[in-house]
Amino acid sequence: MTTTERAARRTASGSAASPERRQASAPADAALLLIGACFLLPLLWLVFASLDTNAGYQTRMPANASLSNFAAVLTPELLLRPLWNSLLLSGGTAMVTLAAAVLAAYPLSRFQSRFNKPFLYSILCGTCLPITAIMVPVYGLFVQLRLLDSMPSTVLFMAATALPMAVWMTKNFMDTVPVSLEEAAWMDGASGLTALRTVVLPLMRQGLGVVFIFVFIQTWGNFFVPFILLLSPSKQPASVSIFSFFGQHGAIAYGQLAAFSILYSVPVLVLYVLVARGAGGSFALSGAVKG
Amino acid sequence: MSARKPARQHLRLLPVVPSVLLLLLFLAAPVLWSFHASFTNAALTGRNARNPVWTGVDNYARLLTDSAFPASVVLTVVFVVASAIVGQNLLGLLIAGLMTRARKPVSAFVGTAVVAAWVLPEIVAAFAAYAYFSKDGTLNQLLAAVGWAGTDWLYTFPMVAVVLANIWRGTAFSMLVYRAALADVPQDISEAALMDGASGRQRLVFITLPLIRSSIATNLMLVTLQTLAVFTLIWVMTAGGPSNTSTTLPVLAYQEAFKFGDIGYGTAIASVLIVLGLVFGIAYVRLLKGEHR
Repeated sequence: MTTTERAARRTASGSAASPERRQASAPADAALLLIGACFLLPLLWLVFASLDTNAGYQTRMPANASLSNFAAVLTPELLLRPLWNSLLLSGGTAMVTLAAAVLAAYPLSRFQSRFNKPFLYSILCGTCLPITAIMVPVYGLFVQLRLLDSMPSTVLFMAATALPMAVWMTKNFMDTVPVSLEEAAWMDGASGLTALRTVVLPLMRQGLGVVFIFVFIQTWGNFFVPFILLLSPSKQPASVSIFSFFGQHGAIAYGQLAAFSILYSVPVLVLYVLVARGAGGSFALSGAVKG
Repeated sequence: MSARKPARQHLRLLPVVPSVLLLLLFLAAPVLWSFHASFTNAALTGRNARNPVWTGVDNYARLLTDSAFPASVVLTVVFVVASAIVGQNLLGLLIAGLMTRARKPVSAFVGTAVVAAWVLPEIVAAFAAYAYFSKDGTLNQLLAAVGWAGTDWLYTFPMVAVVLANIWRGTAFSMLVYRAALADVPQDISEAALMDGASGRQRLVFITLPLIRSSIATNLMLVTLQTLAVFTLIWVMTAGGPSNTSTTLPVLAYQEAFKFGDIGYGTAIASVLIVLGLVFGIAYVRLLKGEHR
């Protein structure tokens, strides 16, 4: 984890921390701007098309820009219920993950045990498991256990996939809280878990926020897992319903598809900016296993 | 590790239990079930769905004879090498390198543009890439502007389109890793070499790259794993087609299991991917352990 972690911390302090090279060079600026333009181009279509009632796949300034595409998709059926489902799935997954990760991180961070290292390294290995590869067996297993098409079991599965990274991050955050503070609480007769709740957790609020938002963003953007595990449209999150929308109307209603995409993306963009501003570093670290 | 209070020792580990249960039930069990089901004729529907029969190594034997599998392995290797190892990795390094020399607002702006493609929900990124490469899309508009007749990229060159789309989507990660790594390179070493008359390329090859080699190794490992698991991007852009010319292993496993209903064969392909992932995972852990020593 060290490299990415260092990476993370550096990005946190950002370019502001490394202004060593004084003279900026114009060729470097030009090359970077060209690359940046290439990265922005595909996104430009989304913005233009969402404002254009006659949008196609061409990128062009809308002839008469209007918000009617947004109005068209802002119905309970099309957008609001899927977004609500996304919220339930992502919020539920983030809460389950965070609770399990905090509990697991506490003994791992505070007590020496023969169990710690093997456990931490095997779950690190688990972060390398290609989740798309296990979806076929997960489907098979869910059929056998009759867990298919259930929001709670999907939440538990997504929590399990996010857990390895979350345990590592939470443990790292917890390691930075000095043990001496807890020892004082123990002296006063508090049990380990009471000390955790009253002393440690309040001190690592920011870290917990980062883990929560990280898992939330990851789950919010996930398409494949709910696509496989949730069958009834009434339970499907926005990532899946937008895919069905694309299949049914996408070939005609490009503008609405773009508007739908933007409304669905805004929450995670906002959350990302929030974290990148505050504790960006640790967030970049978590990105290590995204996707 | 006191032998006197073993009970207390175990009690302390009690809070780890929920995590262990979740991991065992939802990660370890599917992996084991995958290996098991890959030796059966389990199906999506019908008689074989209820009572799958043990068929030994039939599914694995079929992997070798079915022409779709070797072709898919080749496509997966091409996809990983071209989009992750070469594309994301080198482009990420290039951007990070340029950023050390560019003006700060330029770096910040380009950094945001690159990260935006990576933070978006995967399905939205896939739609944007689909629109970009489609027949009337932005790419062909650009080509038309310089007088080149475009083509329907998603049909004529599906692999080129998905490789470029994955570079666009994933370069942010390599960029972040290399920005951090380059910021850790001590300035004075490079300056000393400059004094001794080393050219820009010599400094890169003999000083910078050796100093960041552990970041390079970690990054290569992680981008390979992430790219190996890409499904949504390819599924939305080409659905593996036309006629399987962009069917990487995750897409093939999905098609066999859910389109053709052959869960047994699908899990055999999934098992191959899982083993690949675990091999990389173990290598990654060893690499990190080595770094700690």
